[in-house]
Amino acid sequence: MSSALLTLADSRLPAGGHAHSGGVEQAVAAGLVHDPGSLAAFLLRRLTTSGAVAAGLASAACQGDDLARLDAEADARTPSPALRAASRQQGRGLVRVGRRAWPSPLWDALPAAPHHPVALGVAAAAGGLTPRDAAAAAAYLSVSGPATAAQRLLAMDPLTVAAVTARLAPDIDAVAGNSTRSADGSLPADTDPLLDLLAEVHSARKDRFFAS
Amino acid sequence: MPPDHDLDDYVDPYEHGHRHGGPLRVGLGGPVGSGKTALAAALCRTLGTEYDLAVVTNDIYTTEDADFLRRNAILPDDRIEAVQTGCCPHTAIRDDITANLDAVELLEARHPGLELVFVESGGDNLTASFSYGLVDVQVFVVDVAGGDKVPRKGGPGVTASDLLVVNKTDLAPLVGADLDVMRRDSATVRGEKPTLLISLREDPAATEVAEWVRAQVRARRLQQA
Repeated sequence: MSSALLTLADSRLPAGGHAHSGGVEQAVAAGLVHDPGSLAAFLLRRLTTSGAVAAGLASAACQGDDLARLDAEADARTPSPALRAASRQQGRGLVRVGRRAWPSPLWDALPAAPHHPVALGVAAAAGGLTPRDAAAAAAYLSVSGPATAAQRLLAMDPLTVAAVTARLAPDIDAVAGNSTRSADGSLPADTDPLLDLLAEVHSARKDRFFAS
Repeated sequence: MPPDHDLDDYVDPYEHGHRHGGPLRVGLGGPVGSGKTALAAALCRTLGTEYDLAVVTNDIYTTEDADFLRRNAILPDDRIEAVQTGCCPHTAIRDDITANLDAVELLEARHPGLELVFVESGGDNLTASFSYGLVDVQVFVVDVAGGDKVPRKGGPGVTASDLLVVNKTDLAPLVGADLDVMRRDSATVRGEKPTLLISLREDPAATEVAEWVRAQVRARRLQQA
């Protein structure tokens, strides 16, 4: 493993992720996330659905698959317009910092404001990482940002939230390990209607702290 | 670092100061309630006829300040962008400026002739400051009602901002604040950097601050020429 992976997965990388809650803000408003147990359940659910899809896309993008096609695959796997916008917003942010951090001609093959997992795969490749690394970063980021959002919104004990995230490690590893294309060449396509609904309700709110 | 590495390899050619063209970006920061939004509205009213301008707001409740600006600054909707800061107004202007850069770039793309952009931070505390990756110059707004000790307390906003504005001087007698103390302490912690004591209630045009902004626009134009 290259230390570039640590930079890529660091929540302090200024790619705009801090303003996205991954559905947690609306889940808190709906009473679905209110304590460490319900947060852990939410994060696991997110990891194994949108996290798995992100890991698959990031891995394929890192591998050198056609990026425009992968971007369209990401669209097809993201039914919620609000989530598509959030993903592209974060993709654009990652491209901005990634281009500067890891200069590479690979960036030029990306569409404008690509989906975040696709940009993540390119960032991983530009940083000399493997597809498995890209998948690990995608899987980890699918829970680390939302966990922090819950900590802020509910004023939870940060040590507890860190422990919740740390204990998901085996699940994160499993998702990253299963991210490669299946025998028929297809990418993960798990969806969660709850996350789609939360995102749509959230985007219509005027009093939100998070972009998604 | 390996000894055979050239230090230049670590220097980013796009560092602050290397952004060419585009509007002057002015950060407006300061504690909650000090008058940042009122100042932004005043500057838009006063300078809106002179410059092609736009505003980015970072209010914690995203539309609050944008609505205020629409009502008070006669600024059309397509010149106001609101960004969400994930409960961390400070992060959004200094540590991870992505959302604000997106908003500024959107406004620049929408209005190619843009000359001036105000980025108004969400209310924060005395340690808040803007990254110079986001703005060219920054104004820090405090108010008299917060106590005349504020300039002495310092903090990056008070000491390092390009302009310190002490607002609500009209309240000084009511809250027992000594304006001379504030003026003297500001000069002590800020050295040569300017401080303006104003009352937006008495001067809704923010005349002196607007004049300072004009000077910044001129300076940037000279720099770019």
